Amino acid sequence: MIDVCDPCLRRSLLIAHLAPRIAGLLTQPRGRRVAGLLALPEDQLLAAAAGRRIGEALAFLESFDADAERERLDLPGALAVCAHAHAYPALLGDLDDPPAVLFGAGRPDALVALRDEPAVAVVGTRRASPYGAEVAYSLGRGLGASGVPVVSGLALGIDATAHRGCLDGCGLPLAVLACGPDVAYPRRHRSLHERIRATGVVLSELPPGTAPFLWAFPARNRIMAGLARMTVVVEAAQPSGSLITSDFARDLGRSVAAVPGRVTSRFAHGTNGLLRDGAVPITGTEDVLDELFGVDVRRPPANVVRAPVPEDPVLREVLDAAEQSDSIDSIAERTGRGAAEIRAALGRLEVDGHVVRRALGGWERRA
Amino acid sequence: MLAAVSTFALEGIRSHQITVEVDVRRGLPTFTLVGLPDRAVRESRERVRAALLNSELGFPQQRITVNLAPAHVRKAGASFDLAIAVALLVATERVPAEALAGCALAGELSLSGEIRPIRGALAAALGARAAGHSRLLVPSANAAEAALVEGVAVSGVPSLARLADLFHGRWDPDPVDPALPARACAENAVDLADVRGQSDAKRALEIAAAGGHNLLMVGPPGAGKTMLARRLPGILPPPTFEEALEITQVHSVAGIGSGRLAGERPFRAPHHTISPQGLVGGGARPMPGEITLAHRGVLFLDELPEFSRTAVDALRQPLEEGRVEVMRGQRTLEFPANAIVVAACNRCPCARPADRCDCEPGQLSRYRRRLSGPLVDRIDLVCQVERVPAIELVGDAHDNCVSSTDVLARVVAARSRQRERLRGARALCNGDMDGRLTRRQVPLNGELAARLLAVRSRIDLSGRGHDRVLRVARTIADLDERDTVAARDLDEALAYRVDSWEALAA
Repeated sequence: MIDVCDPCLRRSLLIAHLAPRIAGLLTQPRGRRVAGLLALPEDQLLAAAAGRRIGEALAFLESFDADAERERLDLPGALAVCAHAHAYPALLGDLDDPPAVLFGAGRPDALVALRDEPAVAVVGTRRASPYGAEVAYSLGRGLGASGVPVVSGLALGIDATAHRGCLDGCGLPLAVLACGPDVAYPRRHRSLHERIRATGVVLSELPPGTAPFLWAFPARNRIMAGLARMTVVVEAAQPSGSLITSDFARDLGRSVAAVPGRVTSRFAHGTNGLLRDGAVPITGTEDVLDELFGVDVRRPPANVVRAPVPEDPVLREVLDAAEQSDSIDSIAERTGRGAAEIRAALGRLEVDGHVVRRALGGWERRA
Repeated sequence: MLAAVSTFALEGIRSHQITVEVDVRRGLPTFTLVGLPDRAVRESRERVRAALLNSELGFPQQRITVNLAPAHVRKAGASFDLAIAVALLVATERVPAEALAGCALAGELSLSGEIRPIRGALAAALGARAAGHSRLLVPSANAAEAALVEGVAVSGVPSLARLADLFHGRWDPDPVDPALPARACAENAVDLADVRGQSDAKRALEIAAAGGHNLLMVGPPGAGKTMLARRLPGILPPPTFEEALEITQVHSVAGIGSGRLAGERPFRAPHHTISPQGLVGGGARPMPGEITLAHRGVLFLDELPEFSRTAVDALRQPLEEGRVEVMRGQRTLEFPANAIVVAACNRCPCARPADRCDCEPGQLSRYRRRLSGPLVDRIDLVCQVERVPAIELVGDAHDNCVSSTDVLARVVAARSRQRERLRGARALCNGDMDGRLTRRQVPLNGELAARLLAVRSRIDLSGRGHDRVLRVARTIADLDERDTVAARDLDEALAYRVDSWEALAA
């Protein structure tokens, strides 16, 4: 679906053309200066970013042919909507500098769904702890199963885990990238990128084929905050990119929520700081739904909240102990059972889907 | 005059018979040594001359030619000295040729005429028996070791002068007792009961010992991985006489033997900076590597991801076939290499507990990718070793710790069940079974087969991983003295499974 007007397309492609120059321009790549820059009218943008390459940029604008560009964009599965199109997410209009064109790859009806259902952004650190990953997965899965679209950034750690949870919960995933929507970055998430395109949509303000630039990450964060009615930060150090997203959300007047973390972990400094400043504390999918729709208006489907408790009392005992301890020896101490019996119970619990084993050993209760 | 005497050259851990031929005739006094000798062998001319003169046996002022036959095999080392000296004595008729009938000898000479010990005396004795010699003369220091071989009369000789006396019937050597193992000192022995806590790792060690499975221990430094691994030889069945002979032969060739029959299984823990040659054997004069030195015992690879990729990859053949082939020049040497491998690594490069780890995802996957494919593919069990809380380290906790003796009894019983079942097959224990044998030896009833099939779809178990789970389940049932594998054996085996290394690297 290609629905773009000439001026919007021209502006978007100009920004993509200037992308390398913008990268060189920013002294504080993680700051928010870029946001102001992207809001500038065309002539000022050229003056600020083009520098000595102004001739080249002018030549680009000179030779700009909207129809040819539209044709180039019109590939199967590709998507481009400009700010004046009907399908353009209305919520993005609240931004000071909304992207002129949203490029996408995936299902076009995903954007339509955003009109009916409020989306939630689930973001966090790339170095997720097992705890953070567990929470991100369960939020993604719970929200997905409750019919709430989940917005995230496809980054390593929390972002990808939230996407995976959403996919497993049969929800609608939306990924916002800092590169062209067809570029799988980071490369390790190629297959995740593919799965999201198949069931949801991958969005970006940069046209297909554009490589990722450092400045584009905070710029991408403003789009995530803009698309979502609420932003949940799962784990974040201070400073961090996730806090940039929550700052945008706060400036837009949207809800900001955070998952409480261990006070000794530096990846909880950012989230605990948000809570201190008044963010909504999140302990599960229910909390997010309560904040979005009002208390007890909507509940997550029962089967996604927790795997059913096993009937065998030994399995139940080991499962409870496993939740509170890290090693087989400490489970043995809690339950007074032998190591062999606990191994067998954990093997059984994993087969039945109550626990997941981490690489190289160690178990987590499946959320 | 012409004389010929038999001696032995080491090749790998085996010995080959070498015939030393000496021709002495009139002419300008020269001493020529032919038959592909290396430097140490060529220098033996000087040692032989000095030793003969200092023993007052005389050195012929004639034209001497020594040939080491077969002439195409490279000869190395100083163990030919004694045979050359004796052949000279026979050729100059100072020793009657009949005295040497059916007799082989090996030894290095000192300038004073004393006979120095050699490497590989046991291999020489085995070679002598194979070549049909009835008598073997070796340095006194090696006599007890060589006497372990039955069917060859072994005598130890201290010096060249005494040897001449022996041949003239003027001296009888002392009878030699085979060097049976020294009685192990119970105080020094390491025992599982010394390790507090770690019941999970101990169980994994027991399964590894019972089935001959390779084991990976994951845990932070200082948690006790080395301590645990060191206790594995103690819960393996004591070596049989044949196995002990193999162990002794290898260690004698490498020059690290005690001169006695090995009473315990070896434990080798090479440092992670070791070269591939050091690990599997090789070098200009091929020497056994660590995996061969650990033959019939335990090879412990601490910090597995720190080992060089080439070194770990070189372990593929020994782990699959129980032997190593080393190619040198035109020859291929074979070393035995049948050991249980125990590897250890940290969960991640920073080695901190999961909730305080600050490794980048990239670092983490790089670290795990270094757990090389072929080795991890041959590891049947993975267990975690966590630091034991300080409170458990104080006080007398021996009460609830199982001792090595108890575990050993269960392991011996499980091993004998396996021997019974695997009679006629190529494997000695469950860990040796290949995929086909595994599936034949571990039949599953319909319910269990369906269960395992369901598991495979859920937890991404490869075909090889499937076989490993079956092998481990079989050993668990053996430890429990059951003939059929039950559901809980499978469950336990699944909890010990090793993820494919692709999964680790992801």
